[in-house]
Amino acid sequence: MSETETAVSVRNLNFSYGANEVLRDITFDIKKGEFLAVIGPNGGGKSTLLKILLGILKPQSGDIRVLGHKPGTVNRIGYVPQNVTSGGGFPITVEDVALMGRMLTRGGFTKKSDREYVRMVLEELQIGEIAKKRIDDLSGGQRQRVLMARALAGEPELIFLDEPASNVDMEGQTRIYDILAKLNEKMTIVVVSHDLTIIPKFASSVACVSTTLHKHDEAEVTDEMMQMSYGADAQCPVELVAHGHPHRVLMEHK
Amino acid sequence: MTDILSYGFIQNALWAGVLASIACGIIGTLVVVNRIVFISGGIAHTAYGGIGMAFFLGISPLLGAGIFAVVAAVIMALITLKDKNRSDTVIGVMWACGMAFGIILSDLTPGYGVDLMSYLFGSILAVPDSDLVYMGILDFFIIGYVLLYFRQIHAVSFDMEYATSMGVRSGLIYTVLLVMSALAVVLLIRVVGLILVIAMLTIPPYIAEKKVCSLKGMMILSSILSLVFTITGLYCAYVFNLTSGASIIAVSSVCFFIFILYEKLKEKLLS
Repeated sequence: MSETETAVSVRNLNFSYGANEVLRDITFDIKKGEFLAVIGPNGGGKSTLLKILLGILKPQSGDIRVLGHKPGTVNRIGYVPQNVTSGGGFPITVEDVALMGRMLTRGGFTKKSDREYVRMVLEELQIGEIAKKRIDDLSGGQRQRVLMARALAGEPELIFLDEPASNVDMEGQTRIYDILAKLNEKMTIVVVSHDLTIIPKFASSVACVSTTLHKHDEAEVTDEMMQMSYGADAQCPVELVAHGHPHRVLMEHK
Repeated sequence: MTDILSYGFIQNALWAGVLASIACGIIGTLVVVNRIVFISGGIAHTAYGGIGMAFFLGISPLLGAGIFAVVAAVIMALITLKDKNRSDTVIGVMWACGMAFGIILSDLTPGYGVDLMSYLFGSILAVPDSDLVYMGILDFFIIGYVLLYFRQIHAVSFDMEYATSMGVRSGLIYTVLLVMSALAVVLLIRVVGLILVIAMLTIPPYIAEKKVCSLKGMMILSSILSLVFTITGLYCAYVFNLTSGASIIAVSSVCFFIFILYEKLKEKLLS
């Protein structure tokens, strides 16, 4: 695969917290324009993998390239963390949080055009009317969208999201994934989620992380992934059956 | 009032108040939003070891405290960045060690009878000209650092992981921030003393944080509040013949409690 088509490439990545092995010999690529859903059991290393790709955690070994650069030195990326409560009590407005994202990715002095762009992003995420509010006066769902605005304000080519729908109700979840689907037209999306229902609707590929990584370049959860996530005698989770999506989530019974 | 101002030591005290308030407003704001109040306390008390060492070696106490505080700040930064879970324990140990080390060294100093008390409660009324120069230089560096790196400091204070992912050298920014607080703490020991330094760093930013919606605003309002508390405290100390450091903190604390009471009442009335 050529450099221009690959958004992320990971070769032989190993990571452990002390004696506790979290990720073992992980190798995979993410193509530009992909919508990758990262699934797996709790504690399987999904968030750790994301933090390594972002340069927040340093792996013990492995070669990683994100948009051709080493993690933590990449400009054109966005990151929406899971923890929306960080910075509690911090005196900052919604607008300034988003602006922070834009100025960190782009550098230079803040210009009028930067403020206008941020305004537009806020409007698009339907939080324009709370632009002047302090961040700690907001609900969890609103904060989630502010953090999305922060990530999008820098006009990224690649965006990483960690459980973006975990603090929102069903309606909010759908709204967030609809926005992501639209964004996928112009950027690569990597989303960590434990909600398998999003896969057939939105994702173009799936990676299951449980110490090792298994990637499938179609929006399908394979038997192997189910076993990695839910153990050898995995039952089909209720939410997968109940929604009756037009698309098959699980493989045909053999 | 004018005859008070004609005394040289009062003029120095006022200048010290202004310079300390600027340092306090900026550093205190960062200490509060980064939740490193405990670390600053640890640094302040470790610095006491440096004061003891300075007496023992016969060097300037400010220099001794400065060296200890900066070394302590760097160690604490490394520990907190590496292992968040037990860093508070290590800080607690350093806190106590610094204190003990300082006291033992002053015990060992021959002919000891120095004004150790003045380092516990400060002596803003006895600030020499040379200290004013040091304070001016420190303020210059603090303002310069914050102006040059405001975007990075802002991002790290708000969300360190996010800042790192965006290419900010968070560890370095954080370490420099701790070193700056260490130096600020050392100079504040001069004004309000070791025991009260934490109140001076936290009370003004705490009040300011509730009233503004930007970090810059918080720094400016904290500096102004600091100055008001310092001058009012000094005046009370002069009129009622009280220890200056203690009256400054007493004024701040009274304002702090009035403010909390006012906020609670406002909440009740609005709901």
